[in-house]
Amino acid sequence: MSIFVDKNTRVLVQGITGKEGSFHARQCIAYGTKVVAGVTPNKGGQKMDDVPVFNTVALAVKETGANCSLIFVPAAFCADAIMESADAGVDLIVAITEGIPVLDMMKAKQYIQNYPVRLIGPNCPGIITPGETKIGIMPGNIHKAGGPIGVVSRSGTLTYEVVHQLTQNGLGQTTCIGIGGDPVNGTNFIDVLEAFQDDNKTQGVVMVGEIGGNAEEMACDYIKQHMTKPVIGFIAGLTAPPGRRMGHAGAIVSGSSGTAQAKIQAMKDADVHVCENLGKLGEMAKQIFQ
Amino acid sequence: MNIHEYQAKELFKKHQIPIPDGGVAFNVDSAVSIAEALHDLPVIVKAQIHAGGRGKAGGVKLAKNLSEVKKFAKEMLGMTLITNQTGPKGKCVNKILIESGVNIDKELYFSILPDRASARIVLMASLAGGMDIEAVADETPEKIVKVYVEPLSGIQGFQLRQLAFGLELPSALMRQFSTMVRNLYELFVMNDCSLVEINPLIITKETRLMAIDAKINFDDNALFRQKEIVEFRDVDEEDPLEVEASKYQLNYIKMDGNIGNMVNGAGLAMATMDIIKQAGAEPANFLDVGGGANAEQVENAFRIMLSDQNVKGILINIFGGILRCDVLATGVVEASKKVGLSLPVVIRMEGTNVEAGRKILEDSGLNLMTATDLVDAAQKVAQMAQA
Repeated sequence: MSIFVDKNTRVLVQGITGKEGSFHARQCIAYGTKVVAGVTPNKGGQKMDDVPVFNTVALAVKETGANCSLIFVPAAFCADAIMESADAGVDLIVAITEGIPVLDMMKAKQYIQNYPVRLIGPNCPGIITPGETKIGIMPGNIHKAGGPIGVVSRSGTLTYEVVHQLTQNGLGQTTCIGIGGDPVNGTNFIDVLEAFQDDNKTQGVVMVGEIGGNAEEMACDYIKQHMTKPVIGFIAGLTAPPGRRMGHAGAIVSGSSGTAQAKIQAMKDADVHVCENLGKLGEMAKQIFQ
Repeated sequence: MNIHEYQAKELFKKHQIPIPDGGVAFNVDSAVSIAEALHDLPVIVKAQIHAGGRGKAGGVKLAKNLSEVKKFAKEMLGMTLITNQTGPKGKCVNKILIESGVNIDKELYFSILPDRASARIVLMASLAGGMDIEAVADETPEKIVKVYVEPLSGIQGFQLRQLAFGLELPSALMRQFSTMVRNLYELFVMNDCSLVEINPLIITKETRLMAIDAKINFDDNALFRQKEIVEFRDVDEEDPLEVEASKYQLNYIKMDGNIGNMVNGAGLAMATMDIIKQAGAEPANFLDVGGGANAEQVENAFRIMLSDQNVKGILINIFGGILRCDVLATGVVEASKKVGLSLPVVIRMEGTNVEAGRKILEDSGLNLMTATDLVDAAQKVAQMAQA
């Protein structure tokens, strides 16, 4: 049991009958995740392996008691899928989809504020509590259950690199969360850090950021004031040219704001242990967390 | 996606935003006939490139008569204009905008952009028009008034008033201003913009508002539903290798360094560029192949990187989850043979089937070095750079 999700979380997959949805739903099921339903409009009544498919999220929730949505719906329709899930009363939405228009995400975020739901993502690999539940596309086998390290990141494969090094150095993970690479998202560093601070199984945190926006700086304010557990930080994009979108929609240095240098400085000012050599992060973690 | 000033003004016209009379010209004759049709002097001749700072660099000229229009058009068309925003190589001017001069009483600033922190649309206005807004924000932030619009609710009357009073507009201009801002907001939302900027927005001596300059950028994620906007794309303003890469759906950004790199995942790709720099070399590019690192994509990626004359070595950094390392390795070997790769390549792979992948590379007989981890990869990159 760590933060937001555990072995009891009941997952419905929106877009389960599509290529991505079906592939990843199967991977999650193989990991042990309780995938109890799928939703694809017009495919209600079908099954994806043993998982019943419904036409709407509301029906899926009613029939199966699902309390978490995992979304693989294409970008053009994803904001709508997010709002549908909030309206249906799930507790957690994990939106994997990349490429959602910013205006759509702003509307969706404003909409779901009226509901007691947490959104993770979009454009993220998802969330995993190793050994209990995998709600996303991350490779389960690089993770090590039992903690004590929490991981939060804007990236996908860069997170796997970090997790892999932690595991290799004997440091298990409580929960790993990808908050995603988009400029407007549901859950930010500060939200996750708060939850890790309150979680008695998490004893340290690794925070992986990148250029663009001020989420890392906001998180550092929180860390300065409230965080008692040690934090290791890594920022990608010191060499990114200004004004260009580096893959992630949110990874852009605008004018003078959102630079990697500023984020690293904010981390240093907050007594975060800044990892400057990614290849040695695991070693650094071993020293700091043990 | 960026567009030219003249295209932004076309969109402004469509949304009833007042702009000077004029038109775009691609050659000298056309420039002169547009100027003639304006029946008014002076005429402004403006270079059209995807960068600001044109005024200071000689890209904006005031022509007092038609022979000056001809002279400036001749000088500008085909010139390489270097401004403080183009980079040292500058940009070639292929089009110019010919406009009526306007009697300027006051210069203001106005822009609309998404505010990621609050997830709202921010409208910014300032009395400090015609200046670098970043400098204004730094030195005299009190001169900028901002309102945050909730996208589901739209712009409210009280927000229009906040902007208008913040700009100290005379009451005679209030209605004009409100209409203009509502139209700009609608333009922003209907076209999925990521920026609408008017600097300067002027008050004429005849007490009219007018957009003298126009800058519009669009949300790349929304282009799928903005077919008319996509028509505005000018590939001449983009790096030719990047244009080539986009044909293969390769997320590629050209840089100036000597070590090409190919990675799966944007965050890991940025971190890989940083590693190259730390190793004492310079990244030649950003390249995120995402989940699509099959043989064909690897081949396309190699071809793009090899077209860059500065590249003397390549680093491949792949963390395979769904993507299997043996599949990647086979792809790399096939692609290397197909393009006749002679440059050194360092491959660092991790994840599913990594041992099988490494064996495929070793047995290939090609100049492919495997790195066991990122520290090892960095050392091998340093060797490649020094060779």
